[in-house]
Amino acid sequence: MAEDYVIEMLHITKEFPGIKANDDITLQLKRGEIHALLGENGAGKSTLMSVLFGLYQPEKGVIKKDGKEVKIKDPNDANRLNIGMVHQHFKLVECFSVLDNIILGVEDTKNGFLQYAAARKKVVGLSEKYGLRVDPDALISDISVGMQQRVEILKMLYRDNEILIFDEPTAVLTPQEIDELMDIMRGFKKEGKSILFITHKLSEIMAVADRCTVLRKGKYIGTVNIKDTTKEELSKMMVGRDVQFSVDKKPAKPTDTILSVRDLRVPSRTHNNDAVKGVSFDVRKGEIVCIAGIEGNGQTELVYGLTGLTKSTGGTITLDGKDITHASIRERSKSGMSHIPEDRHKHGLVLDYSLEQNMVLQRYWEPKFSNRGIIRADEVRKYAEKLIERFDVRSGQGPITIARAMSGGNQQKAIIAREIDKDPKLLIAVQPTRGLDVGAIEYIHSQLVAERDKGHAVLLVSLELDEVMNLSDRILVMYEGEIVGEFDPKKVTVQELGLYMAGAKKQSDAGKGATK
Amino acid sequence: MKKKSIGDNPAVVSILASIISIVVGLLLGFILLLILNPSKAGIGISAMLTTGFSSMDQFGKVLYQAAPLMLCGLSVGFAFKTGLFNIGASGQYTMGAFFALVGAIQFQLPWFVCLILAMIGGGIWGIFPGLFKAKFNVNEVITAIMFNWIAMFLVNLLLANMPTMLASAWGASNSDRTAALAKANPAAVIPKAGLNKLFGNSSWINISVFIAILVAILIWFILQKTTFGYELKACGMNKEASRYAGINANRNIVLSMIIAGALSGLGGGLYYLAGTIQYVLVKSILAMGFNGIPVALLANSNPLGTIFSSLFISFIQVGGSAMQPNFSSEATDIVIAVIIYLAAFSLLMKMVLSNLLKRTGKEDKKA
Repeated sequence: MAEDYVIEMLHITKEFPGIKANDDITLQLKRGEIHALLGENGAGKSTLMSVLFGLYQPEKGVIKKDGKEVKIKDPNDANRLNIGMVHQHFKLVECFSVLDNIILGVEDTKNGFLQYAAARKKVVGLSEKYGLRVDPDALISDISVGMQQRVEILKMLYRDNEILIFDEPTAVLTPQEIDELMDIMRGFKKEGKSILFITHKLSEIMAVADRCTVLRKGKYIGTVNIKDTTKEELSKMMVGRDVQFSVDKKPAKPTDTILSVRDLRVPSRTHNNDAVKGVSFDVRKGEIVCIAGIEGNGQTELVYGLTGLTKSTGGTITLDGKDITHASIRERSKSGMSHIPEDRHKHGLVLDYSLEQNMVLQRYWEPKFSNRGIIRADEVRKYAEKLIERFDVRSGQGPITIARAMSGGNQQKAIIAREIDKDPKLLIAVQPTRGLDVGAIEYIHSQLVAERDKGHAVLLVSLELDEVMNLSDRILVMYEGEIVGEFDPKKVTVQELGLYMAGAKKQSDAGKGATK
Repeated sequence: MKKKSIGDNPAVVSILASIISIVVGLLLGFILLLILNPSKAGIGISAMLTTGFSSMDQFGKVLYQAAPLMLCGLSVGFAFKTGLFNIGASGQYTMGAFFALVGAIQFQLPWFVCLILAMIGGGIWGIFPGLFKAKFNVNEVITAIMFNWIAMFLVNLLLANMPTMLASAWGASNSDRTAALAKANPAAVIPKAGLNKLFGNSSWINISVFIAILVAILIWFILQKTTFGYELKACGMNKEASRYAGINANRNIVLSMIIAGALSGLGGGLYYLAGTIQYVLVKSILAMGFNGIPVALLANSNPLGTIFSSLFISFIQVGGSAMQPNFSSEATDIVIAVIIYLAAFSLLMKMVLSNLLKRTGKEDKKA
């Protein structure tokens, strides 16, 4: 059988101390195909790609290019074999122009001077050929994330790479940009380029890939033809069991208003202007309101303003009839606000504290846990054990496990346990499932819905449109610090939302705080 | 085999690592002595290792010097736990000594009041780095270094202009140092409580080492058992998360520096109120505060560990001074520095050791 494989990774095994990240994995990439690599977090996708890109050396296994065995010792070797990669976190120099970034490392020089003219011609040519719109002279710091990604793609093309690796390329894009990227990928395929597409979003695989290789816990599960399979089957291969995609939930029965925000303004963390520019909305008991939007449109600052991490510069915040605009973080917490923070390592946990110490992070001062300034260690232990059992937080040594030693999913579970057990009137959850695998996501979603059904108000901030559509009872779209639309998830499509998220459309009466 | 490997017990590993580091340091110190003066190296190292135990008098001196070291170590370690590097222990120590001496000589106060004054003086000197850090995010290291110099020159300036403070006002001829307390105010001398009888009439020994140990236990209690300690440590490990938890991180930074300052200040009080040493007006920063840094490092900032690390460092310092006819004081300082430096490698040693023990533990289980 003479299949035309451009890259073959055969029986790759890569061990790290205590863990086999890749255990006898085989991946064969045909010439001119889009091959998806699917797996949960920690399944070994990134390790495998790092092996291909020369960042790690495998203990066992061989890599073949065009049927001939090759050794890839570093990324330069990979480059010479025409392998290019768009990393999940872009590798761009912020203060350089687009053109500078593209030629960086492969500059043509004459007598020590850069030959910009020829480079510009090539870049513009490539950009037109593949429909990759970029402005060669713009600074990276000034352009959108979508355009930054196009710059990364152009970098590969400029180096005449034939094998293109995309590591979770859609995480930062709007639905429209995702469609565009899919078209670009199909264009490459037509040109005879081969693509490796790493993702855990099944719908994208179904849309664009020809074949898919699935990894689970470092092991090779199988390779399937996309036209012979279904989403359900793929997810079962990935997780090892049946997964519920949509959240089971009854219709919301919202009652009294709990959180009322009027004309709120919050300064930006990065520049001098306000990042939240006069936002008004309500959240009622028994509903999940979701703030949707592309990263960096003021959602983070809005949450900082609501929780008191940043002082607001204008407007009012009312929680259950009490004005908390100028209240301290502790007072807000006492008034019934819980906060599952966006960054669990920065805000959510003291990583060097034990699990039990983290469980009382918001409440150590309560008489239940302390007596005249002395911590009641036995009460803290009992409480932590209770939460660990109720929320199934798994760790090596139970309450005395250092938080740093726990897995991301269990760290997040610990935070959620802590925040939900406060019995909050308002639960603010920011990206609660970021970076978690399907099983953990399923659990966290069910917990949020349970909170809603208890009659609590939930404010969810999410960048994942699937999550937004699945969980929310009401959607508010944020664009450049303003609320530009309010929707009922049952009556709106993802495409429609995407237009608002990208700023192409705007409702005139949105963000005025009128609850429909 | 159900026996637990010793590698599983982190306390054992820590102590073992400290001991190994110390032994390696002594070995290197010995090699250095061999290079400097081969014929006397043996005498030198044995002087360093035995002087502290050679007589009750010398042992008394070890204990006496350990007290201020312990407090400076506690000061640095306490600030470390809160995420601050208190390099200003020296300035706080100087201010503490100054406040204590002014109380003792100028105002004729008894010793315990002078010790409280010492804490106030050190605490005041801790406010500045803390406040600048909290209010303007100025790195505390920079402020503290500046305040070390300010403290030294300010104290020298003030003492030079306070005639009653100087030895010349109390029947002695020299005016470059403060008055001997025995003459100026015997009530300000820290009591010996009969310890001098026990220590063969040692002129050094007094109750200061016990005061220091009590303070160490108190600091351990605060850090380990109280909500205040919980807050301080949370701020030190993750300032953002402690803010998220509603802890006033800025207030805690200032408080932590005040406490650290008060500890160093108390150290200064204990040292100069013993009555054996007079404060000399020289233009160099007192080394005691800086020696607090290795004391804290060696103890991994653990207040109880500080008790032992300060005794150890005091011990080799006393031993070092006994080497002096054979080796110059600079040479002994270098050897002491090498030993302390390597002792501070205990953290690294701890890592190596726990890996090693784990590996052998595994093999044991296989066998």
